[in-house]
Parts: sequence; C-alpha cells; structure tokens
Amino acid sequence: MREQIYLDNAATTRMAPEVFAAMQPYFMESYGNPSSIYAFAQKSGAAVERAREEVAALIGARADEIYFTGGGSEADNWAILGAAEANAKKGGHIITSCIEHHAVLHTCAYLEKRGHAVTYLDVDENGTVDLSQLKQAIRPDTALISIMAANNEIGTVQPIAEIGRIAREHGILFHTDAVQAYGHMPLNVEEMKIDLLSASAHKIYGPKGVGFLYIRKKTNLPSLIHGGAQERGKRAGTLNVPGIVGFGAAAKRAAERMEASWNQTKELRDYLIRRIESEIPFSVLNGHRTERLANNVHFCFRFIEGESMLMLLDEEGICASSGSACTSGSLDPSHVLLSIGRPHEIAHGSLRLTLSEETTRRELDVTVEALKKAVERLRAMSPLYEDYRKTNAQEEAYVQ
Amino acid sequence: MYSEKVMDHFKNPRNMGEIEQPKGVGTVGNAKCGDIMRMYLDIDKDGVIRDAKFKTFGCGAAVATSSMATELVIGKTVQEALLVTNKAVMEALDGLPPVKVHCSLLAEEAIHAALWDYAKKEGIVIEGLKEPVEDIEEREMEDDL
Repeated sequence: MREQIYLDNAATTRMAPEVFAAMQPYFMESYGNPSSIYAFAQKSGAAVERAREEVAALIGARADEIYFTGGGSEADNWAILGAAEANAKKGGHIITSCIEHHAVLHTCAYLEKRGHAVTYLDVDENGTVDLSQLKQAIRPDTALISIMAANNEIGTVQPIAEIGRIAREHGILFHTDAVQAYGHMPLNVEEMKIDLLSASAHKIYGPKGVGFLYIRKKTNLPSLIHGGAQERGKRAGTLNVPGIVGFGAAAKRAAERMEASWNQTKELRDYLIRRIESEIPFSVLNGHRTERLANNVHFCFRFIEGESMLMLLDEEGICASSGSACTSGSLDPSHVLLSIGRPHEIAHGSLRLTLSEETTRRELDVTVEALKKAVERLRAMSPLYEDYRKTNAQEEAYVQ
Repeated sequence: MYSEKVMDHFKNPRNMGEIEQPKGVGTVGNAKCGDIMRMYLDIDKDGVIRDAKFKTFGCGAAVATSSMATELVIGKTVQEALLVTNKAVMEALDGLPPVKVHCSLLAEEAIHAALWDYAKKEGIVIEGLKEPVEDIEEREMEDDL
C-alpha cells in the first residue's frame, strides 16, 4: 500500500491515543446525562467539569468562564451576534479584519444587512493588522473588536496583546478567534485582555464537533440556544459528554507539551520553507516569516492553479489544501491572499501544507520531490508559463 | 467528485503541447478567474482538422475538458468541429460537477477561438461561427446577474 503523508493539520488533526482512551468510557459505560440528579449521571457531570477546568487552564481562564459549543464556528457566531445584540442600543459598530475566517466574516456580513456598521481592517503584505488603523477605526458606538489570534490560511500570528490593550483602554469588548492558535501557542486572557475567545478541539488532536467560547466574567452576552439550563442557561442542549471529555484530555496534553511541540514543528516548517524556496522557481511564501504558526507553510507557485496541484499531490498520497477557488466552488481566489496583495492569477496557485507533531523530515523530503514534479508538469501545461518564457526569451535576445 | 474519465484525462492529458505555426490558435478565459485555455489547430487544405494541441492553466476539470476537446475535433471538418459543444465535451467525460460546467464552456469557446483565427488567416467565413468573446468568464457572470 502506498504511504499516506498527511499535511492538512490546519483542517483537522488525527486524534491522539490518550484522548481516544479518555473518551471511551463516556459512550457505553458512563452514558448518563450530566443534567440528571442520580449519582450515575453525576459521573458524567464530574467529567465535564474536569474538562472545563483543563480547557480553561490553557488560557488562564476560570472554569466558569468556559461555555462548550459544537465547535469553533459556533463560538465565533455566538461571540459576534451576542456582542452586537447586547450593544444594539449603543449602536453596535464592529471592527474586524479582512482576513478573518468566514465564520467571523459571514456573521459580520449578516449583521451589516441588519443595519450594523462593520469596519474591516486591512493587513500588510505579511498578513498583520495595522494597529494605528485599528485605533483610528474606533468610534463612540464601537461594540466589539474581533481579530483572530492566528490566520488559518497563511498562519500569521496577530499582535493580540496590543489589540487587547487598545480595546480595554477604550472600554470595547475584544473577541479573538483562536481556533488555530489555541493549544499551539501560549494565550492568556488576563495578560492579553481578551473578553471572548473561540477554540476548537479537533485542531489539537481532540474530537470533532466540540469547541468553546470563553466569556469573561460579568460580560453581557445573550444566550445562544434557549431551552435548558445547560452551560448556565446560555447554551441549551444535552452536553456532548465524550466530546467535552476528549477536549479536556487534548487540552491537558497540549499544556504538557506545547513548547516542545512548537519548537519541533517550527524547525521542520523552516526546513520545508527553505527547500521549497531554493528548489522551486517562482515560488512565493505567504504569511509572516517569523510571526507565524509553527506548523504552517503556505506558498503560491506562479503560472499554475491550486486544485490541479492538489490532485497531483493526492496521486502521490499527499494530503494538502490550497484555499483555491475551485475547491470552494467559487471563482474567486482566497480573500486572505487577495488581502495581502497577491494578484488573482498568483493567488490561484496556492498551496497550504500544515504539519503535525507526527510529521517527519523524511515525509517532507518526499513531499518536496512530489511537489517539484507536480509544479514542473503543470507549468509545462500552462499557457501563462509559455507566454512568460517567450516574452523573457525576447527580452534576453534584445539585451544581447 | 470527478468521473473516472475526467480523472483519466487529467492524469493522462491527450494532445498537450503546442503546434509550431498552427493554422489556427485561440486563447480564452482569464487568469483572474483561474482558467485559461489555449487551443492550437492544424487544418489541411480540405478543411479537415489534422491535429489539435492544448495548453491550460486551471483546475482538474479545465485540463480534462481541454484534453477531451482536442480528441473530439481531430479528424473532423471545420463545420463538424462547430458541433463539438460544451454539452458534447461534458457527455464525453461522463459529466462534470455543477461548479465545473464553466470549464466545458471554456473548451467550446477555445475551439471556436482557434477556428476564428484560422478563418481570419485564410480569409474565409465559417458559416455559423461567431467572433469569440474576449472574456468568457465575464460573460458568464453577466448571465448570472
């Protein structure tokens, strides 16, 4: 059987064995509903509360500030819709950035249709938000600043602590979508002055379908789902006990190894970036070179299109993603790549490789060789490359 | 998401390349939308397409439709080639996902653009052939509005 090389860990990760083991008793043995009164159900309840403490500890929060959700997108929706509703009288202006995840951008677009004003901050060519532009964007009616901790496509890490300080100085709520950062890099809601934070379990070797929204104590945020006392009445619905337990185990695990894991993947990340840059001509690194997630490698290859590249890599057993238009069914390339100034035709040729703790240097070597072949093959097929070569040959002849 | 035929034409594209001094060559699509197709035709004095080659910048479906389009026009007369529509290309590939139908339109348009170039060079009129639109993607988007 052909070996599979999985380099799409920003999409999801493989569950860690200890997470799987922690979850197992809560399917068929301790299956009680934590809301029930008898001792049997309280086993589930106690497990949920342990998990709550574990996920909270990773961001320096209190357990009673954690509200479990069905994932990161739900947490993002809740934070933004809730903040807008709670501050409707004040005006409900929202500041966000143009490179947020669609869970944030589409929620903001929905609010715009309902009369809320939204300011989308630009980013520089590295994908970093401009703090002076943020300060200028603040208005008397600004209710919320929502800026992601790290970008899901290009991996750029934002100056969250500075943004938190600016928000606090102006008395504005600060939400951060930390889905890609949580458990990977240190985050502290006190030091970074974060009021609302979204996280997801399956990006840190935990189960899919579970996330949380951190809501700072005394923050006025309306309930998301009505109909039960779960999550202090804010998010009704029977708790996903195995999922939550798995999230807790994943968070505990992440806390134990965060620094070592970061350093290990960062070294491999930089190795992969060096090899691609030196061995594949016309390749452009996207995202910040140093202020970036340790597992994120993102390139544009000129003259070729992303989906074709993914299909050729898939042939070699390599799982990657592109952020290309074709995969999403839209003709537009990634909004993130356009925002950092990549022209459309270059943005179409994008490739995201995201590493895990299990990724080896040998896997990356195999990937680079496959990538070189794929890029070469697609360029041989590309009318853009043909035109470029002919124009260049003419120019060279002219110079001589 | 793709049929076996699409995968086959993507993995083993037929007639990929260029023709030196082609009788007709046409380029359609635009890089902004992520698809460009260039079709080269070699046409003999009887108006029969002897050879066709393509170059494509685009997704898997764009490569497969270009490849299939060249196969479908080789050996046909200019008039017969006009009947190679986007539907014919799609059917020959056992269908395309809905979001990829525009790739087959692009393939049809590439054939027409190459034939238009041929007619212009030869100083002839091909009955039923309209001048290709500059930018097929824009036309499609206007249709959507």
